[in-house]
Amino acid sequence: MTSPLMTLDRIDKSFSGQHVLQNISLNLTQGEITTLIGPNGAGKSTLVRIVLGLLAPDSGSVTASKSLKIGYMPQKLHIDPTLPISTYRFLQLANASYQVCHSALASVGIAHLAKTPIQKLSGGEMQRVLLARAILRKPNLLVLDEPVQGVDINGQNALYKMIGSLSKSLNCAVLMVSHDLHLVMSATDQVICLNHHICCQGRPEQVTKDPAYLDIFGQTALYAHHHDHQHSVHGEVLDRNGVHRHGEGCDHD
Amino acid sequence: MTDFILYGLLAGLGVALVAGPLGCFVVWRRMAYFGDTLAHSALLGVALGVLLEVNLSITATAIPLAMALGLVILEQRGVLSVDTLLGILSHSALAAGLVVISLLSDVRVDLMSLLFGDLLSVTSQDLWIIYGVAGVVLILLGALWRPLINITVDSELAAVEGTNVRLIRAVLMLITALVIAIAMKIVGVLLITALLIIPAATARRISITPEQMAAKASVIAMLTVVLGLALSWTTDAPAGPSVVLCSALLFTMSLMVRQRA
Repeated sequence: MTSPLMTLDRIDKSFSGQHVLQNISLNLTQGEITTLIGPNGAGKSTLVRIVLGLLAPDSGSVTASKSLKIGYMPQKLHIDPTLPISTYRFLQLANASYQVCHSALASVGIAHLAKTPIQKLSGGEMQRVLLARAILRKPNLLVLDEPVQGVDINGQNALYKMIGSLSKSLNCAVLMVSHDLHLVMSATDQVICLNHHICCQGRPEQVTKDPAYLDIFGQTALYAHHHDHQHSVHGEVLDRNGVHRHGEGCDHD
Repeated sequence: MTDFILYGLLAGLGVALVAGPLGCFVVWRRMAYFGDTLAHSALLGVALGVLLEVNLSITATAIPLAMALGLVILEQRGVLSVDTLLGILSHSALAAGLVVISLLSDVRVDLMSLLFGDLLSVTSQDLWIIYGVAGVVLILLGALWRPLINITVDSELAAVEGTNVRLIRAVLMLITALVIAIAMKIVGVLLITALLIIPAATARRISITPEQMAAKASVIAMLTVVLGLALSWTTDAPAGPSVVLCSALLFTMSLMVRQRA
């Protein structure tokens, strides 16, 4: 096995006394797709921001390989309508040549939109542009924060397939935040179920059998969060008797 | 034409040249109120410069810069919304400037010219300063154009791609303070923001790339300086407000043109 591109070791992060992330350890490895799932406010975006280097953890360490090159696809991007900018020009801002920009646009299937003002794109087209920008610099780690937000169901399927094939051709690691469990499960190598701490993690087929996962997401394919535990005011996970408990596969103390 | 008209024209054109591209950033980044705050604090800068007997250009740049820094710190603390903070700082700075000037009873300071500009009192030394500053600003804007556009589009995406967002933001603040210091002579502290945003807003309607918009804003700003001075020459109206008025007229006319993209 190759050494990981990035290793997070016992990360803690709190905002004004609220523990958002506790004891998070994970590896991102070349060629592996890691999906981060969890309810709203579980700390997914905070974890992503730490991986991106936009936020420093309170404690714990982030070790990145020297070759690390991140491609980032934000959840959404608002560009002020007063800024006149075409799709092609937006991609070029990542310091890429004409050739590279056009092949990136073609690989996400929107080569015909190169000259369109970016504010005129639909939600699905915009997500593809953001994906194109993320792959422009030939990253070895692709970070996608809810990549299908605002896209209809058919588009979501297509976009996930595209992410899968692009990451394969780039042979990069992928860290993806998602709500759409049933759609991402098949394409994922590692699932991390996050709720301030890592509730459970592993291969999708392991995770879906994990009691902690079943307690949170139930048997249905639809996303639904059923809390199996309470949280203390500090975000500590407590069981119904108020004692901290672990899901299977949890190895923190 | 007499020298003072020529000097006034050259000074106005120099400021308009850089007001175009900087004004575009003010519009794109929604910094109009921020620009106002810095401009108002420049008045305090002048007052302190007179009080301490230092070069006015230096204090008129330094106080807005200090104000920008203070804003960044207060914003990070998250005490109040940025809008409210700007409202407090902007008007406090204006009030403080007016009070300090009124206390300088032994020095005659022409308040009207500080508030609304005095284009016709430009000296050859002023011209050197204006074109020197304009040159520095243009070089900085040109050299940092791509990162500046990148942090305007999305600062987090820019940061992940390796742009030093803090540094670029600081440079943009420095540029804004510099331009305010030279524009004060032309249109005065109360009208500087208008000189920045109206030509940029006019140029938006006829531009399809950021560079086009910046260049066209420059040309439009220069045109309004010429028109404004002509208006001022023929009607004896104050030059600064005449320039801004012509700018507003051009903008109104641009509304009849269909926006290109």
